Amino acid sequence: MRNEMSLTFSAISENESFARVTVAAFVAQLDPTLDELTEIKTVVSEAVTNCIIHGYENSGAGKVMINAFLEDGVVTVTVHDDGVGIKNVEQAKQPLFTTKPELERSGMGFTIMENFMDHVTIETEEGKGTTIIMTKEIARNRAVCK
Amino acid sequence: MSLKMDLEVKYGVLCIRLEGELDHHTADELREKVNHVMDDEPVHHILLNLGRLSFMDSSGLGVILGRYKRISGLGGEMVVCSISPAVRRLFELSGMFKIIRLETDEDYALHTLGVA
Repeated sequence: MRNEMSLTFSAISENESFARVTVAAFVAQLDPTLDELTEIKTVVSEAVTNCIIHGYENSGAGKVMINAFLEDGVVTVTVHDDGVGIKNVEQAKQPLFTTKPELERSGMGFTIMENFMDHVTIETEEGKGTTIIMTKEIARNRAVCK
Repeated sequence: MSLKMDLEVKYGVLCIRLEGELDHHTADELREKVNHVMDDEPVHHILLNLGRLSFMDSSGLGVILGRYKRISGLGGEMVVCSISPAVRRLFELSGMFKIIRLETDEDYALHTLGVA
């Protein structure tokens, strides 16, 4: 059975906590471990923070859209913004690379997403926006679904 | 869920005790509070107690790195204690333990910084 949900909210930092908690609550029906839930919360937080700081450049304008799908024990989360896009994706993915050192960004966002999820895809176009697509198999479902 | 911050200067060691969630939203507030204390009082070292921190992401790493740079620029040390497995993983992933010493609890960490 495929189950899905979507969420659209203002691109402001107050909503980072709301976004990660909501996605985690949706994924909870796959009976993930606490570690898996923490990983999902963390990657949602990373992707949403990127939309707010980089996509919309902290303007407070714009919306962040999240879609989450559950199918065969696999969770897919997409996080989308209609912001400025990423100029150089390969560079953005490098650990510790940041375009905003003055904001004390650690440059670890994509590294964390790639470490905590099974697959991460970045679709971006300058001036149009960015979509991050992340998938993760929830271990407890493995025996049941395969 | 927000972040509770308890800041106390003990014999020149700024003890920062965090409870709750450290993300981009709460990191700004933490940065301001710590900078304010460091502007006002002589601080030689920083001790970060993360025992009650339930969530942290890379924005937390950024604000911690920023305070590390400031204290190491003054010749001081940053020590972290009571870290959860999830936060520990983030620290390991980003190589934070190469510059920030890890101790098990606050009393022992303070002891290693010369505070009884």
